[in-house]
Amino acid sequence: MTNILIAIIVFLIIALLVQILRVSELLSEINNTDVNEVTDEDNNTQGKLYLAITFIFLGFVIWQMVYWNHFLLPGASSVHGEIIDGLMSFTMNLILVVFFILTPLLFYYAFKYRGKKTNTAYFYSHNNKLEIIWTIVPTIVLSCVIVYGLQTWNKAMNPDTSQSKVIEIYAKQFDWTARYSGSDNQLGKANYKLVKGRNQLGVDLNDEKSEDDIVVREVHLVKDQSVLLKFRSRDVIHSAYLPHFRVQMNCVPGMVTQFAFTPTQTTAEMKEQEGEDFEFILLCNKICGVLHYNMQMKFVVETQEEYDVWIAEQKTLKNTLTLK
Amino acid sequence: MSEHHKETFITKYIFSQDHKMIAKQFLITGMFMAVIGMIMSALFRLQLANPGQSFAILEMLLGKWAPGGVLDPSMYLALVTMHGTILVFWVLTAGLSGTFANFLIPLQIGARDMASGFLNMLSYWFFFLATVVLLWSLFVETGPASAGWTIYPPLSALPQAIPGSGAGMTLWLTSIALFIVGSLLGSLNYIVTILNLRTKGMSMQRLPLTIWAILLTAILGVLSFPVLLAAALLLIMDRSFGTSFYLSDIIINGEVLHNAGGSPILFEHLFWFLGHPEVYIILLPALGIVSEVIAVNSRKPIFGYKAMVGALIAIAFLSFIVWGHHMFMTGMNPFLGSVFTFTTLLIAIPSAIKVFNYLATLWKGNIQFTPAMLFAIALVSTFITGGLTGLILGDSALDINVHDTYFVVGHFHIVMGLTAIYGMFAGVYHWFPKMYGRMMNKNFGYIHFWGTFICAYGVFFPMHFLGLAGLPRRYYTNSAFPMFDGLTDINSVITFFALAGAIVQMIFIFNFFYSIFKGPRAKQNPWRSNTLEWTAPIERIHGNWPGEIPHVYRWPYDYSKPGADEDFVPQNQPLKEGEVEH
Repeated sequence: MTNILIAIIVFLIIALLVQILRVSELLSEINNTDVNEVTDEDNNTQGKLYLAITFIFLGFVIWQMVYWNHFLLPGASSVHGEIIDGLMSFTMNLILVVFFILTPLLFYYAFKYRGKKTNTAYFYSHNNKLEIIWTIVPTIVLSCVIVYGLQTWNKAMNPDTSQSKVIEIYAKQFDWTARYSGSDNQLGKANYKLVKGRNQLGVDLNDEKSEDDIVVREVHLVKDQSVLLKFRSRDVIHSAYLPHFRVQMNCVPGMVTQFAFTPTQTTAEMKEQEGEDFEFILLCNKICGVLHYNMQMKFVVETQEEYDVWIAEQKTLKNTLTLK
Repeated sequence: MSEHHKETFITKYIFSQDHKMIAKQFLITGMFMAVIGMIMSALFRLQLANPGQSFAILEMLLGKWAPGGVLDPSMYLALVTMHGTILVFWVLTAGLSGTFANFLIPLQIGARDMASGFLNMLSYWFFFLATVVLLWSLFVETGPASAGWTIYPPLSALPQAIPGSGAGMTLWLTSIALFIVGSLLGSLNYIVTILNLRTKGMSMQRLPLTIWAILLTAILGVLSFPVLLAAALLLIMDRSFGTSFYLSDIIINGEVLHNAGGSPILFEHLFWFLGHPEVYIILLPALGIVSEVIAVNSRKPIFGYKAMVGALIAIAFLSFIVWGHHMFMTGMNPFLGSVFTFTTLLIAIPSAIKVFNYLATLWKGNIQFTPAMLFAIALVSTFITGGLTGLILGDSALDINVHDTYFVVGHFHIVMGLTAIYGMFAGVYHWFPKMYGRMMNKNFGYIHFWGTFICAYGVFFPMHFLGLAGLPRRYYTNSAFPMFDGLTDINSVITFFALAGAIVQMIFIFNFFYSIFKGPRAKQNPWRSNTLEWTAPIERIHGNWPGEIPHVYRWPYDYSKPGADEDFVPQNQPLKEGEVEH
């Protein structure tokens, strides 16, 4: 029944539209004008609409910037993240300035030069000087952006990892596991063919480096201490995304990828700043299957003392596997 | 001498070799696919704004994929994937290039038809076959492809990883292979025709910018699409014949796969070697169309013709050496990342030149606001807005945190999606009188434009904020993370505009089909334009001009030229005595 009603309504709307077009065409025939000819009146209306839309559009943009600002991620909680944030605000300001100049200019020209039968356009086919200027100016600005960007990129990607604590992040559909390298700070070898029973990461237990490895489902980090995350994937490509630390790296089956960073805020400090619900979260940011939207792991940043207590409670992988 | 011949219904409307008819076939197929792609987006937008809520329409359209009216997560991914595939390839590649390259090349360069009418016909029918296979994939038991339109393996290679990677993905790959064959046949034809069949006097320096843009697009297509074909063939081998090009060290659903030594990153390189030029395959024709529309309706020559051509060539060249910016986070060598950042940001320079030249063209013009012109100006706006955020995404250091978030979705929908679709609308409104000999209704065009313009920014601008809040794309719902709880408000705004925008498009579709049959008859040259297509008779004949092909004596942009009798001087008018060419 509803379907029939909908069909009738659609039919009536189409019939209405046809009649509107018919009437307008007949009217123009009576008045001996062409309904589709763009008149001065049209140009006037459309030009003014462009002027109006300038205010509406820019107003909408500013409204969003004011009212949705609190949704944005808080400032970075890592050393390299703060440098990235610096580059981000530089680039964002540059973009906003150009946007707020060019958009109104474009729409203002549309309004200002709206056509009139009595007007004639100015024949102006090129001006080499002008064109050279607006080639060189963007080139200079972009050179700055590129140099600043590459410096930041090099700093972010090449930190000193000699003192970093090594932790493996292992991705599979649809959860994360972490492996601490233990007191030797070296991960034992792993092979996907060794995945069996409780040895879900395929760690080679014959490798002596694996003896002190610890496998956990929640990552704890020490404030101001550098970590080197090594990523593996069991099945498809995942992407380890830690938005608060400005960290992201794909986890690719068949290879090991890595990312090093130093957290600068503890979870407790962030809770004070951002509210009680705050947690550092690792999300999956590469489409990986049906439950992609809910693949997460908690990261906790704490003081050395808190960390020591926590790590002491964790059993080594060897222990877990042999204890039964 | 005309090449017009007797036509039966089949040779006129179905297996036609007339470029004008083939263009219309591409246009209507593209529009049909656009509606399907748009409906898909409306369905998943409903879910995003109202997670877990039941909608009768979802169950009605999707059946078992929306039990109780709630969208199933795997169907969500399938809809996202198919929306992307359809819009990128079917609408903005075939629909845009197929329509305007076919329609405009012979008419604007002064040729009777394409170099090979038969290959041209074949190009459409390969595309048609691809369309049938793609639509077929919507109805298979395990659902259509759902690994994202970029179909990264292993997700796309393993049916155990996601249901859509079963029969759905096989059909997707078959369809895209057919699509590429069709696209290559078309592109080769475009290049050969433009280089060889220009009428007397139509030197390269006198080509309309539309043709320049289409020529470069075709070159991009010929050089990059075969790489995707190779990538797809290797993926088919991995899926069906046990090879390991992209697969290594995988356990899926507890099953240990024997594949070793392959790399999914290889696929990403091959994919984006097409994928990035593809962005410009979509964009360049739109920029070409708009260069024409803006010049005609400003009643001014396009400002800096040579710089415009130079910028097009620079963009086309650079587009081949920037693909790695889609892969900054794959773990590739950071030095390589630096190189791709450098080349990527360079593209901003020719893009900036184009924007400034468009502004200079409008300056002191006598702007005629036809619906086409409204869309053309809006295109410049989206090109500015979307292009600027590219400075963030192209910068590898900043990409770390916005990669694969909604910021990217906002960026490419504005700079590529909206820009290209505005170019397409501008083209349809502008050349409709030439295509069908009738006029589209102007006032309906105005309503369509303002509705689209407002809704489109309403949809895509807020997405930047979602991205800066850290929300990843392709999430079925953001309710699994407390940190994203507030974002449902933004999602509601987006969905509201998306649905409103979809309804506005119905006005266009109505106007289009009504005008084909009932629109008022068009004049010979309704926009008072200089290019050659408007010298051809309104009545469609195969061969375009009944007598001799007109000769060309000047560039196409002599608008409001001092000393001329009218504010336009068609290209086939000889220079007056003492007149200098622009």
